[in-house]
Order: sequence, then C-alpha cells, then structure tokens
Amino acid sequence: MPVVDLAVTPLRELNQALHGVGDPGNDRHWLVKNPKGSHALAVGVDAPLDIEIEGHVGYYCAGMNKQASITVHGNAGVGVAENMMSGRVHVTGDASQSAGATGRGGLLVIDGNASARCGISMKGIDIVVKGSIGHMSAFMGQAGRLVVLGDAGEALGDSLYEARLYVRGKVASLGADCVEKPMEAQHRAELAELLAAAGVGEVDPAEFRRYGSARSLYHFKVDNVSAY
Amino acid sequence: MCGIVGLYLKDQRLAPELGAHLEAMLVKMSDRGPDSAGFAVYGSPKQGAVKLTLRSDAAEPDFEALAARLGEEVTLAARGNHAVVTLPRSALPRVEAILAAEPDLVVASRGERVEIYRDVGLPPAVAKRFDLSAMGGSHGIGHTRMATESAVTVDGAHPFSTGDDQCLVHNGSLSNHNDLRRRLAHAGMSVRTENDSEVAAAYLSWRMAQGETLGGALERSLDDLDGFYTFVVGTGRGFGVLRDPIACKPAVLAETEAWVAFGSEYQALTDLPGIEQARVWEPKPATPYFWER
Repeated sequence: MPVVDLAVTPLRELNQALHGVGDPGNDRHWLVKNPKGSHALAVGVDAPLDIEIEGHVGYYCAGMNKQASITVHGNAGVGVAENMMSGRVHVTGDASQSAGATGRGGLLVIDGNASARCGISMKGIDIVVKGSIGHMSAFMGQAGRLVVLGDAGEALGDSLYEARLYVRGKVASLGADCVEKPMEAQHRAELAELLAAAGVGEVDPAEFRRYGSARSLYHFKVDNVSAY
Repeated sequence: MCGIVGLYLKDQRLAPELGAHLEAMLVKMSDRGPDSAGFAVYGSPKQGAVKLTLRSDAAEPDFEALAARLGEEVTLAARGNHAVVTLPRSALPRVEAILAAEPDLVVASRGERVEIYRDVGLPPAVAKRFDLSAMGGSHGIGHTRMATESAVTVDGAHPFSTGDDQCLVHNGSLSNHNDLRRRLAHAGMSVRTENDSEVAAAYLSWRMAQGETLGGALERSLDDLDGFYTFVVGTGRGFGVLRDPIACKPAVLAETEAWVAFGSEYQALTDLPGIEQARVWEPKPATPYFWER
C-alpha cells in the first residue's frame, strides 16, 4: 500500500503519481498523511483507487475525480469533488462552499454539514449530506440528486433545471422557480437507494420532502427557444 | 484576495508564544496577500499608562531625537520604522500635540494594550522586520494584502485602528464606504485614508462608542455595510468575526480549551498547538462570533 506523507513529499509529486497509475492491480489502497489543508489534493484521478486522506484538506480536493473512491478523514475546503465524473468521495467532517459543484457523476457523501452553494450547477452527480447545507444550494442544478438529512439554507434550488432535491429538515426558503413536489413511490425508492449507497441506515425515505423545478422561467418557454 | 488571521488565547500560559504563532499563521497566508502585511498584538496594560504605536515614513527615522522631545515621563521603544511610546495618561494631550506637529509621523494605534505594525513587502519579511515572533500577548490579529482597489502603500495595509485598543482586518470590498465615510464624519469620526476597510473599522468604533458591545456592533454592521467582507476585529477585551450574508470570502474558525483561532484558510491554523484535537468549523454568514474576557 503506497503511503504518502505530505510533510515530506511535495503535493505535486503525489498528484503526479496518482495520475501515473495505469492498471493498479492489487495496489489500490493509497494512504495520504499530513494534508494540512493543502489545495487541489488528489485532483484529476482516473483509476479505480481507494485513497484515504488523514486530516483536513483545502480547496478542490478530489476535483474531476473519475473511478476513484476518495475518503477525507476530516473537513474539506471549498469545492470538494467539484466536477466529479464518477467514483465516490466521502468527507467524514464538514465541507465548505460549493461541494460537488458542476459534478457530472459519482457519489459525494458528507457526514457533517456543507456550507453555501452545495451542488451548485450539478450536472448528474449524486450528493448526500448527513448534516445541513447553506444558502443557494443546487443553484442552476441541471441533473443528479441532492439529499440532505438536516436543514437547507435560503434560496434552495434557485433556477433549477432537472436536478432532484430531497430534504428531511427545514428549508429556510426556496429559490426562484423551485417548488415542492409530491413524494411518490418511485421517489421513495430512488431515495432509499441513495441513502443505502451513502451508508445511511434507519432513516425512512418518507420523512423527506422533494423539491424540483417548476419549469416556469424564461428559458423553459418554447417561444423563447430561438433566443438561444 | 487577502488573507486574515486572528488568535485569541484562553490559556494565558501561552501568552509568551502569541507572536510566534501569529507569525506562522501570517506566513501561511502569504499566497493570499504578498503585497503587504500587518498585525496587532494585545499585551498587558500598565496601570495609568497609555501606549501609542508610531510609524515614521521618513527615510531614516530619528526616534532618539523624538524621545528627547517627548520628555522623561515617556518611554520609547523603536522597532524598525515603528516605535511604541508609553506615557502616563495625564501626559496624553501634551504628547499628542507634539506628535501631530511631527512631519512623516503617523499614530497607528492608541490604547492600553494594543500595538500595530504594518508595512509593504512579503509577509515573512514584514513579520521579521518587527520581530513578531518574539512578541507576547493575550490576542492578536493579522492581515496579508493583495491590493485590489488602492495602491500598495503602507497606508493601505491593515489592521486599521479607529478607536482606543480597537482594530480591524478585512478581506473583501465595501461598496457604500464613501457614503458611510460622510455619515461617520458628521458623527465626528475621522477616517484618515481613502481605504474602504478603515471605514468599516470606524463604523464599529462609532457603534462601540455609542455603547454597543462588540457583538452588538457587528450585528448592526450587517444592516449598514454593503459589499462583501470577512472581518476579524480586535478590542482590548477580545476578538470577533463577521462574514457578509452571501459569504463571499472564506473563513475557518478553530477552538480548543487553550485558544480560538481564525484563518482565511485552514492552512493558516495547521501549526497551532493541539490543532489535531481542535473543533474546526466554517463560521456562518451574517452571524457575529466573538470572544471576550
């Protein structure tokens, strides 16, 4: 198992090594020590690795991730798993702003809270936050699912496209064009699947409310199609 | 961009190390602000005495001659182009009159505890210039500047002090500072520079002069300040943190039994003693946080 101590090894060397992994064979498990809030840690990984990071990380950790399973044992700074393509990113503490921003695939699990703009412009990623999320979350969300076991801050789902939002707690306010929608059997089933994937047990999908786009903004009107 | 830091000691046994920790925090924020740096350190008060931090913009400051002019009841300790003078409170009007007439001299702070040092240059160089690591105290705040809206000059460096033992560092930009400067001028508050952050400092000083607590003054600024900001504010008794409602600028707080620390990024806090066990969290927008003794 490769063990990389960032107190000794420069960050670029680690990222370069992660990028250089072809077929990892049996050597899939990487351990990273002393991240000390470094930015851009384990960014752009494209291999079926299992990377564990022991400590708090800075900005954009696990950004653009493909295939890898990356666990941060601590808090994550701005933009964790931003633009993730596939794989899984797990933060055991809190995440700062813009967690999972623009993500296209994969699963982001945050055990603590995520602050503002969680899932902003999400394009297919699934995000499960076990705590609460801040304001302007899922702004312009285009696809994917955002699941929040706690509360959501102001202007949830503003200018939403097709992303689906599930919140168990209170929503401070909904953003423009975001509305509550009925929870039907298919939604409870999809939610149960997401909760299971995130390792959340003993939570009844029926406790959640579903939010989505009312599709009433300008760009949803067929008369305006020629404007684009 | 800019980087801001703050360290408030709950366990005064750490007081001799305050400067060393604050320096490490400032240096870690060099990437966020390589233009200039500054810091405020709060030490122990001396009964009946007032401290002024002076800055000389002269090519070769002659603090010895100044000390002689200030007289025997005043002690002067020079650090580079800054000097701290300590005087009996009764001598304050006389000393301030002399200082006002000195060319190239700026009074950077006044109070019983605070000393403020600022200069242009990389943060590690500025910290070294004033020997920050050797300073002790109960709390301190600091700033590394990446100038966006005014020139890289020592006048534009933070912290700004607009009241006794009060100072502020700011990451962000205020959009109604001109109007607020005029309103504060009507209320008798003087703002020396064109800098927006100094207006924020003066606003808080004005609120506290009206009897608001630090927390109350921070709360009121949410209504009256327009723009984006993360502030760290120092007073004789403590320090506070406030982010604008949009939370434009980054902020991390950490707390242990021994201290409370603020950093623009977590990196600023990584060398603090016991950081591995600290509670680390992101302060909520539009929510004042403050610690006082």
